Amino acid sequence: MTVRIVAFARVRELLGFGERELELPDGATTRDAWNLLAASAAALQPLAASTRLARNGTLLAQDERLESGDELALLPPVGGG
Amino acid sequence: MIEITHDPIALEPLIAAVRTAADGAVVAFLGVVRQRSDDDRPVDGLSYEAYPAMALPEMRTIAAEAQSRFAGARIAIVHRIGDLRIGEASVAIAASAPHRADAFDACEYAIDELKRRVSIWKKEHYTDGEATWRENASRPG
Repeated sequence: MTVRIVAFARVRELLGFGERELELPDGATTRDAWNLLAASAAALQPLAASTRLARNGTLLAQDERLESGDELALLPPVGGG
Repeated sequence: MIEITHDPIALEPLIAAVRTAADGAVVAFLGVVRQRSDDDRPVDGLSYEAYPAMALPEMRTIAAEAQSRFAGARIAIVHRIGDLRIGEASVAIAASAPHRADAFDACEYAIDELKRRVSIWKKEHYTDGEATWRENASRPG
């Protein structure tokens, strides 16, 4: 299945993209997606605890199964204002 | 009026959006780029980015919360993104209410919650060419 990854700020810079399609095996979860991305950018790993994930615009409190077409956002601590 | 924009912010449209004949007070707030960082480094400018799909709904939620917490309050919020120079406004909030205490409180509530919750990020660019992503201080509770 294919999900859309959107990344912001420090996480975007470390990944090298702000938006990308990601191929995952059927049944993959939000954590699987993070682990796959973190494997491609070692500098992301220390940010695991502070980066929040949102699926289709909703912050996740726990690991969730992804569905094809989902948008998974990687959100570092905010700095607006 | 809840917006994210690349353009310079004008305060007057926010004030016009919230004021009604019932109001005795309108409080307007501008967050402005200053020339020294919190750790006292000389700043050249800030760049902001947002995730509008989450930021705009959260800004609407915050405005609705302020309006239900503070009697008769109405709130407008505009946040700018992109590259900003010193002295430019990054965020503007207007709060109206029948009485000034509610207008002040609603405005403060809106900016505090925006800084805590809304999916917007800023990078500080220093005059020495370095830059860093600057997180808002998390507040207890």
